[in-house]
Order: sequence, then structure tokens, then C-alpha cells
Amino acid sequence: MADAIEKVSIVVSRGSLDGVYPGLIMANGARMEGIEATLFFTFFGLDAVIKKRMNELKVATVGNPGMHLPTLLGALPGMSAFATSMMKKEMEKIDIPPVGEFITMIHDAGCEMYACRATVDMFHLKPDDFCPEVDGVISVGQFYEKAAGGQIIFT
Amino acid sequence: METLTIGTKTLALDADGNLANVNDWTEDVARELAVQEGIPTLTPQHWTVINFMRQVFTKEGDAPSIRRLTKESGVDTKTLYQLFPKGPAKKAARIAGLPKPKGCI
Repeated sequence: MADAIEKVSIVVSRGSLDGVYPGLIMANGARMEGIEATLFFTFFGLDAVIKKRMNELKVATVGNPGMHLPTLLGALPGMSAFATSMMKKEMEKIDIPPVGEFITMIHDAGCEMYACRATVDMFHLKPDDFCPEVDGVISVGQFYEKAAGGQIIFT
Repeated sequence: METLTIGTKTLALDADGNLANVNDWTEDVARELAVQEGIPTLTPQHWTVINFMRQVFTKEGDAPSIRRLTKESGVDTKTLYQLFPKGPAKKAARIAGLPKPKGCI
């Protein structure tokens, strides 16, 4: 295969459960194929590597047409928690780990993980807020340097 | 169709280059496939992974996910990637004589 992908840099920009998983699954899948992978967490996507939040992410039931749920119903108390628990159950069935465990697994697989400098400054985050898998806080410029020679995937 | 020659035997391979017939597998086949994958010697830890994969496949019809390998075979994720640097699930499955795993995780 002449055009096989050898390196990917995946940006995770959303902080809902359904916003975070696709990027994690793609990063993990890349490493499974022997493809070099880097994860860059920005804006609300940073919640996936913030210790207090990473295992509390929720599915958005409002403003999410994919849920096939009228907006007013989606806004009912408990609706997001219900959808989240359903989704987590289904994911466990197909062996997708909870976010915290998944982050550790992907990092152990050799994927580097970075937090976005601008977001960290904007939300006044401290190094101690992050899980130990985060390899550093970097600027967009540094992200592009690290991504050089590979594909960039924005999620 | 591609084939693999081990001693005097010629074994059929599938489209992915994995053994077409799971029952053709022997430890010699594993050693030869490992060399093809850039693993010159199979260590006891490699064999732990290979045997676990074959065991799960025989029972369930698909190779285990990395997560399950990690949790149940006793070889952690980091070691798994050191043992099979070019993608543990896929490479280990090939060496174990199994078809490419179907799962995403």
C-alpha cells in the first residue's frame, strides 16, 4: 500500500460524551493499526482530560437532532442522564471503556496527548486539574509542528 | 491466492494475508509469520498473547479486543505494543493464525 496513512493528529473540540468518543476511538484505532497518533484537546474537549470531569461527560439531548427527540422533551430533567446511561451501557457491551480508562489505554498505546494553551488560559486551568496522561500544554503553532507530515482530523 | 510455505507444506492465505484455515496453524507457522511481521523471536509473553487469542477465538469466533487482551491475558497495554509494535491486535491475530479481528476497539 503506497498511500497508507502513517501518522494522524486528532483534535477533540467538544465536551459531550458523543463529542469526545469519536476522537478517542479514532486515536485508539490508529495505534492498533500501528499508525502514529497524537490527541489535541481544545475548548470543551478539554473536559475529557480534566480529572474531575472526564468520567462525568453527558450526551446532549437538546440541540442534537441525531437523538430524534423533540427539543422540549430533551430539556426535561433527567433526560440527558438517562440517554447517557443508556449509551454507556451499550458501549460497555461492545467493549468501549469509560473515558478515564480509555484515555489511559490510548496513552499506554503510545499516543501523545496535549491540552490547548488558549483554552487552558481562558478557563484558568492548572496542571493539577489534568489527568497524568496529558503530556503538556501547547499552542496551536506547536500543534502544527507536531502534526507535520501527517493527517489532521478535527472532531 | 497467496500461500505460505512451511517446510514441505503449502498453506492457503486469505485476502489479508492471514491463514485461510485456522486449523493449519502450528507453532512453526507462528514463528514464520512472526518473522514476516518483524518479530525475529517469540518470547514467552508473545506466546501468552497468542495462546489467549486462539483460546478466545475458538470459543467466540472473533479475536479479543485490546481492552480484553489487557484485562484477561495478564499482558498490559504498554507491553502489548512493545511485543507487537506495528499494531498488536491485528499482528497478534495474524501470528496466531486467526483472521483479522472485526472489532474497532
